[in-house]
Amino acid sequence: MPDILQIKNVSKKYSNHVALNDVSLNIAEKAVFGLLGPNGAGKTSLIRIINQITGPDSGEIFFKGEKLTQKHVERIGYLPEERGLYKKMSVGDQVLYLAQLKGLHKHEAKKRLTYWFEKFEMQSWWKKKIEELSKGMQQKVQFIVTVIHEPELLILDEPFSGFDPINAQLIKNEILELRKKGATVIFSTHNMGSVEELCDNIALINKSEKILDGSVKEIRKANRTNTYKISFKGNLLGFTNALWTGGEILEKHTEDDIHSVTLKLTPGVSGTQLLQAILPICEIHSFNELIPSMNDIFIMKVNQGNGAVGTQSNYTE
Amino acid sequence: MRKIRLIIGREIKSKLKNKTFIIMTILAPLLITGFLAFMIKMTQSEKTEQNVLVIDDSQLFKDKLVGNDYISLSFTNQKLEKAVAEFTEKGYSCLLWISPTVVEGGAGAIKLFYKKSPGFAFQTYVKDQMERIIYESKLKANNIDPNIISNSKQSIKIILEKVNDKGSTQEQASFGLFGFLTGALMFMFILMYGMMVFRSVMEEKTNRIVEVIVSSVKPFELMLGKIIGVAILGTIQFLIMGLITFILTTALSAIFLKDASSQLKVFETQQELVKKNGTNVNFNELEKFDDKLELFDLLKKLQKIDFLEVFICFILYFIGGYLFYSSIMAAIGSAVDSESDSQQFITPVMIPLMIGYFIATKTIMDPDSSTVFWGSIIPFTSPIVMMSRITNGVPMWELLLSLSILFVSFIFTTWMAGKIYRTGILMYGKKTSWREIGKWLFYK
Repeated sequence: MPDILQIKNVSKKYSNHVALNDVSLNIAEKAVFGLLGPNGAGKTSLIRIINQITGPDSGEIFFKGEKLTQKHVERIGYLPEERGLYKKMSVGDQVLYLAQLKGLHKHEAKKRLTYWFEKFEMQSWWKKKIEELSKGMQQKVQFIVTVIHEPELLILDEPFSGFDPINAQLIKNEILELRKKGATVIFSTHNMGSVEELCDNIALINKSEKILDGSVKEIRKANRTNTYKISFKGNLLGFTNALWTGGEILEKHTEDDIHSVTLKLTPGVSGTQLLQAILPICEIHSFNELIPSMNDIFIMKVNQGNGAVGTQSNYTE
Repeated sequence: MRKIRLIIGREIKSKLKNKTFIIMTILAPLLITGFLAFMIKMTQSEKTEQNVLVIDDSQLFKDKLVGNDYISLSFTNQKLEKAVAEFTEKGYSCLLWISPTVVEGGAGAIKLFYKKSPGFAFQTYVKDQMERIIYESKLKANNIDPNIISNSKQSIKIILEKVNDKGSTQEQASFGLFGFLTGALMFMFILMYGMMVFRSVMEEKTNRIVEVIVSSVKPFELMLGKIIGVAILGTIQFLIMGLITFILTTALSAIFLKDASSQLKVFETQQELVKKNGTNVNFNELEKFDDKLELFDLLKKLQKIDFLEVFICFILYFIGGYLFYSSIMAAIGSAVDSESDSQQFITPVMIPLMIGYFIATKTIMDPDSSTVFWGSIIPFTSPIVMMSRITNGVPMWELLLSLSILFVSFIFTTWMAGKIYRTGILMYGKKTSWREIGKWLFYK
C-alpha cells in the first residue's frame, strides 16, 4: 500500500516545552492507523499540524506525495477531542454550514445530509437546536460533520471518549465501513481494546518522541516474552521436574485436580521443546502462548521511556 | 473568499434570528426620539389654564398685573379668610394674596393658595411681572422714567467666528453638546459591536466548535469573517435605527416644532426691525418670545450643523474604530475560557475607550485644548474625540492625519490579533495571563 501521509522530521516547540521532537511517520493508505501515547505526549499537536491548524517549526508533511497545503483540508475529516457545536443553531443548518466550509456545495451537502440522517434515523432532528439534543445525539451529529464530505483521510482524536457503548459500537462499525470504502483512518486514543480491534498499524509517542511504530501484529509478535499458560491433569511435582531449568513458573493454581501454570521460558527454549518435555508426564488440556496486549506494550514502553521499572502486567490470550 | 463569505453569512444570520437583537434595533430609536421629545417638551413651558383670584391689599397691581393666553386674573376685595375657603368652589384654580407691605419686600408678603399646584412657569410669570411693576413704581416715586432705564439696557451675544487656514472666517455653531452626543454614540457603537465580536469568539471557543472550524478554514479567515460579519450587521442595524429615528423625529418635529420654527421666523424679523430702527417699538413683541429663546438657540444651532460631514465622518471613524477595537476584542475573546475570566481582560481595553469618552466631555467646554487635539489623533481615542470635535470645524489635515493613523493602526492590531487568536482559541483549561498572550505573538 502506498502512503497517504509522510511525516518527515517534524518538530514543534512552545515557549516552555517541546511538543514534538523530530517525529517521522508513514501512514499507509486504506488502513486504520492508531496514534497512541499518554496525555501530553504530543498526539494532539501532531494532529493539529496535519490539519494545518498550526504549523511545524521544522519538518515536512506530504499528502499522497504532494506537500501538504491548505487545499488538502477538504480531503481530511477531523473529529477533535474537544468537540462541540453551536448550541443555538439548528442541526440541519449547522451541518450544512460546516459541510460547505469543507468545500461542498449546498445542494450536494443537503443530499448527503439526508442520506446520513436516514441512516442514523434522525430525520426529525433537522430543525432542532443542538441544545435540545442529548449528548449521544450530539455525538452522532459531530460524526456526520466529520465524514459528510467523504474525506480520504479521517482523523479521530479520542473518538470514543464520552460515547455510550451503543454509539461507540455504531461509530466503530462506520469506521470499518469507511475503511472498506477506501478511507484511511488515523485515530488517537487511550483505549487499547479498540486499538487491537480496529488498528492495522500504530505509532507510540511519548514525551514528544516516537518510540514505536509498525503493524499491530508485528509489534505484538516482536514483544513476545516467551510466556505460556498450560492446563493439565497429572503430577505437579513431575511437571516441575520435567521443566527443570527450561523456565520459571510465574503463577500456578489447582482446581479439581487440573493444574493451571503460567510460566516464562528461559531464552533459547521454545514452546515446542517445552511441549515435548511435559507431554510424557501429564495430560494436557490447553497450551497457549501469552502474547502481550497492546495495553501491556504501551505501559512497558512508556515506563521504559520514563525510566521506571516495568509494572507487573496482565497478559491476555 | 468563499469560506469567508460563508462565515460572514452565518454570523449575520445567527444574529438576525436573535430576538433581543431585533427588539434592540427597533426599541433604541424609539427611546432616542422619546428622549428628544421629552427634552423639547421640557423646554416648552406648560400651558395649564389658570383662573386666578387676586386679593391685592397693596392696591398697587390693579390693572397692571395682567394675564396671558392661558392665565386669567380677577381682582376682588373679599376678605382673605373667606376667599381661601371659597375660591375653588367659585371656579378659581388658585388664590393670590398680596400684602399691603409688599413694596418693602420680605418673605410672606405674597401668598399663593392652591389645591393643585399651578406649576413653576406660572409662578415665574407672575413673579417677574410683579417685580417689574414694583421696580417701575419705585422708579416713578423717584421721578425716573422707566423707559429710559429699559432703553439703556442692552443684552449682547457673542458670535464665534473661526479663522481657517486660508484666512477666511466662518461662523461657528459651537454646538458642543451635539458633538459630545455623536462622540458618545460612537463610544456606544464601538463598545457594543466590539463586545459582540468578543462574545461570538468566546462562544465558539467555549462551545468547543472552533477546532472543527479551523480544520476547514484558517484561523485568521475565521476571525476576519467574524469581524466583517459583525461590521455589516452593525451597519445594517445603524441604518435601520437611523431610518426609524429620522422618520420619528421628522414626525415629531412636525408636531412639536412647527409652531417654534414659524415663531422663530417672526422673532428674527422682529430682531431685524429692532436693529434697524433702534427704537423700542417692537420691544414688547420680542418679549413675547422670552420663554422660547432656548429653543430658538437650539434650532439655529441645529440648522448650522453640516449633517452630511458629520455622517461621513461618523461612518469612517466607526469603521476604523470598530476594526481597531474589535480585533483586540477578538484576540482577548480567544484567550479566555469562561465568562467569569473575561472581566480582567476587557477592563484594560475599556479604559482607553472611557478616556476617549471623558476627553469628549471636555470638548464641550474647551474644544481647542491640547488634550482634545491629541485625543483626536491617537487611535485609541480618536474615533470618539474627533466626532465630538467635528461640529467645531476641524482642519482637513488633522482629519486626514487622524484617519490615516487609525487605519494603519487597525491593520497592525488585526495582524497582531490574528496571531493571538490562532493560539488562543485552542488553549483550554489554562488560566491565561497577559504574559502568556504576549508569548503567543511569537509562535510560528
